[in-house]
Amino acid sequence: MSEQKIDGGKRTWIIASGCAGAVGAGFVAVPFVSSFEPSERARAAGAAVEVDISALKSGEKMTVEWRGKPVWIVKRTPEQLASLPKLDSKLADPASKRKPDELTPPYARNEDRSRSTRPEILVVVGICTHLGCSPSDKFVPGPQASLPDDWAGGFLCPCHGSTFDLAGRVYKDKPAPDNLEVPPHMYLSDSRLLIGEDKLA
Amino acid sequence: MAEFHTAPAGAGPAQKMLTWVDNRFPLSKLYNDHLGQYYAPKNFNIFYVFGSLALLVLVMQILTGIFLTMHYKPDAAKAFESVEYIMRDVPWGWLVRYMHSTGASAFFIVVYLHMFRGLIYGSYRKPRELVWLFGCGIFLCLMAEAFMGYLLPWGQMSYWGAQVIVNLFAAVPFVGPDLALLIRGDYVVGDATLNRFFSFHVIAVPLVLLGLVAAHIIALHEVGSNNPDGVDIKATKDASGHPVDGIPFHPYYTVHDIYAASVFLFIFSAVIFFAPEGGGYFLEFNNFIEANPLKTPAHIAPVWYFTPYYSMLRATTDLMVNILAAILALAAVLGILRGGLSARGKVAIAVAAIVAVFLLKTFDAKFWGVVVMGGAVLILFVLPWLDRSPVKSIRYRPGWHKYVYGVFVAFFLVLGYLGSQPPSATGNTISQVGTLVYFGFFLLMPWWSRVGSFKPVPSRVTFAAH
Repeated sequence: MSEQKIDGGKRTWIIASGCAGAVGAGFVAVPFVSSFEPSERARAAGAAVEVDISALKSGEKMTVEWRGKPVWIVKRTPEQLASLPKLDSKLADPASKRKPDELTPPYARNEDRSRSTRPEILVVVGICTHLGCSPSDKFVPGPQASLPDDWAGGFLCPCHGSTFDLAGRVYKDKPAPDNLEVPPHMYLSDSRLLIGEDKLA
Repeated sequence: MAEFHTAPAGAGPAQKMLTWVDNRFPLSKLYNDHLGQYYAPKNFNIFYVFGSLALLVLVMQILTGIFLTMHYKPDAAKAFESVEYIMRDVPWGWLVRYMHSTGASAFFIVVYLHMFRGLIYGSYRKPRELVWLFGCGIFLCLMAEAFMGYLLPWGQMSYWGAQVIVNLFAAVPFVGPDLALLIRGDYVVGDATLNRFFSFHVIAVPLVLLGLVAAHIIALHEVGSNNPDGVDIKATKDASGHPVDGIPFHPYYTVHDIYAASVFLFIFSAVIFFAPEGGGYFLEFNNFIEANPLKTPAHIAPVWYFTPYYSMLRATTDLMVNILAAILALAAVLGILRGGLSARGKVAIAVAAIVAVFLLKTFDAKFWGVVVMGGAVLILFVLPWLDRSPVKSIRYRPGWHKYVYGVFVAFFLVLGYLGSQPPSATGNTISQVGTLVYFGFFLLMPWWSRVGSFKPVPSRVTFAAH
């Protein structure tokens, strides 16, 4: 069989049919790979959540679930709000300029990252922008374990040590690259907050 | 095609049966190629039992896995409960489950020792490169098995471990977020993720794994086993064509390996019965709490066998990226000044270095952490081409090479320890040094492995009859 001559015409057609087969296999792969995507049910589960915030006291935090993620609602004290602008030099992105479309809606691109009608209320997704852990509350200022001595209050991610201020803004030189995400939200009344929607249809 | 054989006159029914089969399927040939007439060097030491032990643990994992699948429910609402059901209500279910969960750790202990053996005796050198490559593939499959299997009990560590690892993929520039979405099948780790990980864990990866194990063994038996002297036993054969320094695998090494298996099972049983959680290292305590997507445990760490790589991930901060860029620039300058390259080669190095430094500074440190972590595993694949030492075995290398290996192993263990601890500034600095040592060991190997005075390699293996 080693002495046989190669028939160029046959070889060309073998290559051509091999390529056609590969293209077919590629098309067949599409439905299989697509089945990895979130299902229609998972997509539909992203509805907005309405929260009653009347019981939330100053300096407290509450957590609600939206799209399977924890959303924090923090009512900051006037002192805490006043401390935010002083931290700018230590933060990686104090004015929320990185990836604004994904992380910060236009009405929250300010010092306190809140809507101007309720500046004391912070609404953020409690998922670290590093690798998705949920940071812990470290509201008490001052020196403590894993935190700097001039700690002004905020959040600490237990996984890789990223720190955030009370507006969910990330400190410099931490593993997390971005500020915490502010989800779309709006106030239906003084006590009713809607998360996941920021304009009435 | 083989000739048709007939059993000799006066053969018993068993031999006639075997002849009948052999004419239709190469049964005797397979047996002889892999056991009866497979000649292995006679100077194997204790490090040579871990291959057989790995096979034993693989069989054990498959068997126990089959029985666990009969009771486990891959559903986010029921998974945690069904594992508790196995532990409490299924007769002897706790034993099967502990054999499987502790077996995972045993698998990695055995495999790490098996790889260390290959490293010090040069078992990956020509002509065993493919044996090593298939082995690295097996190691990757094992990591995938361990990672996806760990999600199944749906405890806090399962959930947040998977969340962190899947988010690693999201760090890939441009396609990352979509890739992570494709892996999870949802916007967060959830039921869809659990279900697909179950499918991968029980069927997809095991099939690949078994294929690779077969390829690993076939390639090994084609070229023959290496030995602690790194001597090619096929170079010296007796009148019958068998290596003088070889002995048939069966019965010599089957008995040897059964003895090792007994010792292994003693230890393994002791762990299963008296410390199945391994003090929180084999089964983390937080995993006895059901997954809660709203609350991350105060301290999350992967299981011990991933911690060296996890340390490297954590070590890659902005500072580390700057150090890497500086090292890269230095290497490029050295390459241009001392490499003895043509003008075109020098320009190519300079351009490559500038592009690399630019990329290092452009993408987030988070992405480079993932690259470092993945690279630490993938670099094993090129080991056969990094080692340029004239001898295979550490026995005939310069004395100081032993210290190089010692430092490498020590840092690997330290990285493993630090990866299991909460992040700290000191720990991070040590991890950064450890990461540089780890990569330095491999990337500088083409140079350091050639330096020093090598001892003469004997033509026959060193062996004292006992």
